[in-house]
Amino acid sequence: MFDVLLARWKQGHRTMRYPAGPPPELPERFAGRPTIEASRCTPECGRCVEVCPTGAVGFGSAGHDVRIDTGRCLFCRACEAVCDAGAIVFSRDYRMAASRREDLVVRDAAERAAVELGEESRRLFGRSLRLRQVSAGGCNACEADTNVLGTPAWDLGRFGIQFVASPRHADGLLITGPVPENMRHALQATYDAVGRPKLVIVVGACAISGGPYADHPEVHNGAATLLPVDLFVPGCPPHPLTILHALLELLRKIPESTGP
Amino acid sequence: MSTTRTLAIPNGHAFAIADCPVLPIETFRQEVIDGVAAGARLSALFAFPADSGCLRLLAALSRADQGDVAIASAEVRDEYPAITPECPQAHLHEREIFEQWNVRPIGHPWLKPVRGMGARREAAPAVAHDGATEFFQMEGDEVHEVAVGPVHAGIIEPGHFRFQCHGETVYHLEIALGYQHRGVERAMVGGPTPRAIHYMETLAGDSTAGHATAYCRAVEAVSATRVPARGQFLRGVTLELERVANHIGDLGAMAGDVGFLPTMAYCGRIRGDVLNLTAMLCGNRFGRGMIRPGGVAFDLDARVVEELRRRLDLVASDARSAVELMWNTPSVMARFDGVGVVPLDVCRQLGLVGVAARACGAPRDVRDDFPYGIYRFTHIPISTWNTGDVFARAYVRWSEVKRSLAFIREQLDALPGGRVIAPSAGPLAANRAAVTLIEGWRGEICHVALTDGDGRFASYKVVDPSFHNWFGLAMALRNQEISDFPLCNKSFNLSYCGHDL
Ligand code: SF4
Repeated sequence: MFDVLLARWKQGHRTMRYPAGPPPELPERFAGRPTIEASRCTPECGRCVEVCPTGAVGFGSAGHDVRIDTGRCLFCRACEAVCDAGAIVFSRDYRMAASRREDLVVRDAAERAAVELGEESRRLFGRSLRLRQVSAGGCNACEADTNVLGTPAWDLGRFGIQFVASPRHADGLLITGPVPENMRHALQATYDAVGRPKLVIVVGACAISGGPYADHPEVHNGAATLLPVDLFVPGCPPHPLTILHALLELLRKIPESTGP
Repeated sequence: MSTTRTLAIPNGHAFAIADCPVLPIETFRQEVIDGVAAGARLSALFAFPADSGCLRLLAALSRADQGDVAIASAEVRDEYPAITPECPQAHLHEREIFEQWNVRPIGHPWLKPVRGMGARREAAPAVAHDGATEFFQMEGDEVHEVAVGPVHAGIIEPGHFRFQCHGETVYHLEIALGYQHRGVERAMVGGPTPRAIHYMETLAGDSTAGHATAYCRAVEAVSATRVPARGQFLRGVTLELERVANHIGDLGAMAGDVGFLPTMAYCGRIRGDVLNLTAMLCGNRFGRGMIRPGGVAFDLDARVVEELRRRLDLVASDARSAVELMWNTPSVMARFDGVGVVPLDVCRQLGLVGVAARACGAPRDVRDDFPYGIYRFTHIPISTWNTGDVFARAYVRWSEVKRSLAFIREQLDALPGGRVIAPSAGPLAANRAAVTLIEGWRGEICHVALTDGDGRFASYKVVDPSFHNWFGLAMALRNQEISDFPLCNKSFNLSYCGHDL
């Protein structure tokens, strides 16, 4: 017993002050939301498009307006590395979620669109959100960094958000993975078992677009091909802070003053 | 085993496919059976299409006593005499061959699919799989069956478990996987494409460094690329950080499963601290982007090395306080001792790997048996225990955490100068192959790459440690209380997607 108390004292209090205080420190080499300066782009170069493993980099109709679909991006920085002109630079901005799929596409100087949730849903879920997590082909990285939100440092419970064991107890699903054909039925059945109204949150490139597995005949290119999605959280995997920020933004629990 | 029948190669060395003799199937079969009987492990056994229109079988027998891998090969058409009846290690491999290629191992006792409904699409049109939906069943008064999954209670990957119980006692557990099948091996054929390294980094997400290293070593062998010394050191650091993070997470999860919350809470946080160390290397907590063909993609400057050292010390002291608390708590030890026992002979028969094997007293560790990269220069002592129970699997983890932390520190103190990555990894040579073994944090990772006449992958085989070890979990549950399943499961903590590919 004495040991337990001693260890308790030694380990100390570790829950972060975010979102009231500053967010936890991100690694120096962290790849967050990309920034694009199309004016630097050399016409006809297109090396970024060639090296991208998932087809996330593309051009608009103007021919040189580079854009990155962060819903497909693995944040491998290959495009940034080949761009001698510096048109693509990954920032350390962890705020990346969107409530509309098309808002995940990052363009030159574009601001990130706000995450939205209907008033009724916010009234229902704003103070207590119970989620059932379904891994459908997830590699265990998105799962792990979702799970980490339950540890004392992040303490998701303080926001009234909790992961529950049964879809019957849940207000929605948090889905990871590209959704293999072998998991389609189980995912659908879990979704059906959640009472209405329900939310669907997809976390990670796989769940948004199939990620590296996009267009494999074995998978369904993510959950959005099968279910209506309310929140998209990009990353491979998203940093826990990106996931937490997305959830808090969805429920409008971030004080105005808390910047990046 | 005669050397003319098989090709003996060191871990991660390339060889010409033509140098690997094609044996008559009976000889091949006998080579595998005799090799395993003599103490080798069947690290891989798989099929790929041969030029002749037949299928080529290839077996990789890792021989710890000789420190090499013996490759045996044969050609088959629609069927061949199964190896499993005389060599249980082959059983899941042969089921896989049957599922993927529709080649029937005649006499296999349990020819069920390995990954369920979705057979690989390039396979010959499959005949109905034998017993696709059947489970082994026990009958009798008061016998009952419990079915769990694929969607589980926690935040965890999907799989299906069937328990045959009498009262609380489990007589048999059958594990049905395949829900995570994403078609990695199929997609590798014809590559490497820009996606290849990303398949490897997401093959089992918690083993990003392990699978990426196994892949890179295969590519380096086949393209005759040399990794600079500094790159080898940093790979070692990345791999051992991965081991430390996962082991500490597992120790916390096991504590949580017996309701000992202090260790659970502390370890959950400390695991995150270790992932953040990996993120200091490359920006990603799982080490994505770090390991690339030819070396590593990121170098460390003196400031980062110093900061890593400082934080490693904190991790070491926090982890000691969190974990030792558990050893000193009788109620925890009472739940760990004697639960989920796998006897050493069962471990040997099944060919278990990694922590699960070392906890049974099998001193099996690729870093020591088939040293590669940095482990050729710096040795990590093997950690074993001999009770084969939950306690042993926890204790071996803790011992490995301490040794890996010491190892990482040693590498950081002795970092050589120079480049971290070869200037360019050349193209893959044609018609060559390599078998790479890595000690991932779960155990032996085996990759086999074979190239075609154009230097593209003709076949790419991945064997995750979980492929060998899921059966170990099933055996650990025999005669256990069903309520001990979560604890036993955590003590193995196997990968679903690593198995399902
Ligand atoms: S960072 Fe994203 S957009 Fe750029 S190459 Fe990698 S996956 Fe493609």
